[in-house]
Amino acid sequence: MSTIVEKILAKSSGKKKVSAGDFVVSNVDVVFAHDGTALLAIESMEELGINKVFDQKKVVFFIDHAAPSPSPQISNIHLSLRKFAKQQGMRLFDVGSGICHQVLPEEGYVKPGGIVIGADSHSVTHGAFNAFATGVGSTDAALAMATGKLWFKVPETVKITVDAKLGDMVMSKDIVLQVLGTVKADGLTYEAVEYHGSCIDDLSVDSRMTIANMAVEMGAKACPMELNQQTESWLKARIDSFEAVKADKDAKYSEELHFDAGKLEPMVAAPSNVDNVKNVREVEGLEVDQVFIGSCTNGRIEDIRTAARILERKHVKVRCIVIPASRKIYMEALKAGYLEKLVSAGCTVGPPTCGPCIGAHMGLLGEEEVAVSTSNRNFTGRMGASTSKIFLASPATAAATALEGKIADPRKYGDIA
Amino acid sequence: MCVKLGDHINTDLIISGKYKYRTQVISELTKFVFEDLDPKLKDRLAVGSIIVAGKNFGCGSSREQAPRVLKAAGVKAIVAESFARIFFRNSVNIGLPTVVATPKFISNVKDGDTISVDLVEGKIVDSERKLITDIKPYPQFMLEIIKEGGISDYYRKYKMFPWDKELH
Repeated sequence: MSTIVEKILAKSSGKKKVSAGDFVVSNVDVVFAHDGTALLAIESMEELGINKVFDQKKVVFFIDHAAPSPSPQISNIHLSLRKFAKQQGMRLFDVGSGICHQVLPEEGYVKPGGIVIGADSHSVTHGAFNAFATGVGSTDAALAMATGKLWFKVPETVKITVDAKLGDMVMSKDIVLQVLGTVKADGLTYEAVEYHGSCIDDLSVDSRMTIANMAVEMGAKACPMELNQQTESWLKARIDSFEAVKADKDAKYSEELHFDAGKLEPMVAAPSNVDNVKNVREVEGLEVDQVFIGSCTNGRIEDIRTAARILERKHVKVRCIVIPASRKIYMEALKAGYLEKLVSAGCTVGPPTCGPCIGAHMGLLGEEEVAVSTSNRNFTGRMGASTSKIFLASPATAAATALEGKIADPRKYGDIA
Repeated sequence: MCVKLGDHINTDLIISGKYKYRTQVISELTKFVFEDLDPKLKDRLAVGSIIVAGKNFGCGSSREQAPRVLKAAGVKAIVAESFARIFFRNSVNIGLPTVVATPKFISNVKDGDTISVDLVEGKIVDSERKLITDIKPYPQFMLEIIKEGGISDYYRKYKMFPWDKELH
């Protein structure tokens, strides 16, 4: 009878059963914030007059959004975060560790069936590991940090089934862009989304994280996915024991949608709304000034491997910035030789950070400049000047675009071409 | 006074990521509010202004600087067809009323109208055009938080959270 969120929210609030529309107060398993949100959360704790975090092992900070610091002001924010973390005896992942959404699961903080609260909208990413993971503002983060609890309205769930196999050089980013183009930017507001189907069951951990990551771009509250084999082995290598949560066969969904991965083409989200989705062929040939491959959406090993495969022994025509999402991924890409291939091809490889995605540093756009980015938002001015334009795409499309200097269909560099 | 905006006003438009790292002092961020949408807009957000917008107001980043900067700029309430959920929660937490109205009511309200939001009576009134509409009521505990000016003020006053008793 219950969806995944209903089961997780019931258990975390000590109830036998809850249904969409109920209010619950849940115990949280981990709370995190980063250099864009943590200081305000610290101040919110001060406003509440609570000076101790509820459990120093369950509250984590990341310095990832503007790291290494591009300005003295930001350095001061970083200093305040380090000072607070030290006082509290809690863990802080400092400059160079990587993006919170990558490092948190890598370090074993995300458990299936758990409640993950992040002071960042892309916290929904952790739904890829079967958690109820949602983004909150700094005051909610402070409440969770201070009390270990947070209230939720149990959301309705939309079930999205994706069957069949993706073609070569068509990636999970193309699935999520297609879904986004269909349901639109407010299509899942206040709702949870569950992805099912043979395509989703086959996806790598990296690919699943990309899909869960962008659930918030449709307004969704959470994107808890059932575990597949790859994700289960990935988790077993990082955490001791866990109990996965499955939706009941007769769970009640507010809506059901179906997609055929076999028919999918490479997609883009054209400026300046995430749901302005088009096929790559509709915008093919459009000249670009910069390509960015990275972010919590697409800065993982599979993404870097795909870019290296396209760019190997060739040379980019426009500046192409590649930023691995974590130090572990950086190291893996280094050992596998992907970074050497990318640097030889003329790419600029940066240290693990959010990079230009949030407009803080490392490759901001000038007036009228056009970028193809593997990140998650193409809002006006997001990556620099108000008149710059951002096309969101998969790492394959981004790499093919870097190679040609204009938006390109990556399938011509794939196996079938 | 009503400041009328469109659909999908995201938090990057409200306060760009470029600025939120520059300073943590919210009152200093108000000069950059809506900069990429219309730099002149900030001058109209005087004390007591009410934003009336379309769908999905506050979508995008979770940055709480967005509702805080609007409140600091003088915005008294936001009326929209719908709100993005994180923005909605953040607004409740800082005591900024965010109320939902029908597309019809919103399309009839014009930029510059004198309008008021009454949470107690549960009504929005556009006195210029003699329009009146009912507000979808807040759950009781949220209304209590907003009445106290935000969750911090609530907690400091009552030494407990509204959810320490039964939620309704």
